[in-house]
Amino acid sequence: MATANIPKRPRNLRVIVPQKTARRFYGHGIPGVAVEKLAGRLIVVEGADGSGRSTQIRWLVEWLEGNGHSTVQVGLKRSSLVSEELDKAQEGNILSRTTLSLFYATDFADQLENIILPALRAGQMVLADRYIYTLMARDIVRGMDEVWLKNLYGMALVPDAVFYLNVAPEELVQRAFAKYSALDYWESGMDLGLARDLFDSFLKYQALMAQQFKRMQRTYDFHILNGHRSVEEINAELRKKTDAVLTGHLEQ
Amino acid sequence: MKTFAQLGFPGRLIAVEGLDGSGKSTQIYLLKRWLEAEGSKVYFSEWNSSELVKSATSKGKKQELLTPTTFSLIHATDFADRYERHLVPLLRAGYLVLCDRYVFTAYARDIVRGCPPQWVRDIYSFAALPDLTFFFQADLEVSLNRILDGRPQLKYFEAGMDLRLSPDPYESFRIFQGRILEQYLAMSSEFNFLLMDANTSIEAQQNIVRSLVAGKLDLAAFARKKTPSA
Repeated sequence: MATANIPKRPRNLRVIVPQKTARRFYGHGIPGVAVEKLAGRLIVVEGADGSGRSTQIRWLVEWLEGNGHSTVQVGLKRSSLVSEELDKAQEGNILSRTTLSLFYATDFADQLENIILPALRAGQMVLADRYIYTLMARDIVRGMDEVWLKNLYGMALVPDAVFYLNVAPEELVQRAFAKYSALDYWESGMDLGLARDLFDSFLKYQALMAQQFKRMQRTYDFHILNGHRSVEEINAELRKKTDAVLTGHLEQ
Repeated sequence: MKTFAQLGFPGRLIAVEGLDGSGKSTQIYLLKRWLEAEGSKVYFSEWNSSELVKSATSKGKKQELLTPTTFSLIHATDFADRYERHLVPLLRAGYLVLCDRYVFTAYARDIVRGCPPQWVRDIYSFAALPDLTFFFQADLEVSLNRILDGRPQLKYFEAGMDLRLSPDPYESFRIFQGRILEQYLAMSSEFNFLLMDANTSIEAQQNIVRSLVAGKLDLAAFARKKTPSA
């Protein structure tokens, strides 16, 4: 198991009880939700495919649970309500942009209300493998109106921390080939017509996405992590920062 | 917000709104039959009918999975799909598009369900306004009786049971419809609804609908061109 590589800290007998923090939604929020009752923590890991998100989340979960915190994981396209339909729609590439955008928003809202909010209410640690930022960046790159998107995702809860794993497009290409020997149609932004071949399109599209994330950094308080380091090094930084989230001392 | 005419589309969009049981679907169907007989290019689109979104919506409704937010978003997805795939291209092609319910249904229902009004309106801000909107206003009791007579089994969301207005579906339905009617009336002048008295006979209403359409639109502009026969 890869997890054997995590440097073991001495078993903490004393479990840190997270301090209460002020919570808010980005905009209108979800009707009828009492934010002060959301005792848990919401931690988001963002980054392109191949940036190491899922590995980092897996390691973080091991560590959190070892330290006495109950965890719940969410991610894009995992809702029971529309995930199948979204898959089908993407296969055929028949939905126009506003429709696809709203479909993803429905998927997000379903998980927000049925998984994230109840888990936070129960005092759990919620780890989100991507959040509204990927959805917004994808849509902005495709020319959708940012004001419209901000209103739409005004339903989202502001997380306690957003970690963005930054990996250069050239490195992402190498990782995608090493893992799948192929590039994904959507992760290459082929629907945008940026280039004729998948390789060029992938590089251009990932650069555009990275540009959007950089632009959003300040507005949404991202912690940008250098994703070119070893899994251990990155995870050590993530753990340190997550620790700060739990004690209520994470600073930008 | 602008209408399709104001945006320079060659086509025109006519919408009907009203409570369940107000008779609006009957009226728009008869309008469609007339326009077709007149040789106009007509397309009809119904609320919540996009094939792609349908399976998710019906699953959500059957399993009572929907919250006010997801209920709102899934209907917006359905609307966007029909809007971008059918309505806009057909209006560009100079069609008369008839819609059984339009964004106003969402404005009214979602707000009654507790969604923030401005959030809902902004989500639908990609859609232009209809060129004509008929609002069929029947006495609440008349609408209720029409529905309750014909379909004694009320569906969960249709009756607004998710709002916990009353444990009795019939009572819940009455309160829910009453609140929707209030929302409709509150936006009636803002969106220039053409108010129709839905308590009169089907024929009397259809007379008014046809004369208003003929008076406000230049129907000759939507005539299907005769293709030369081979």
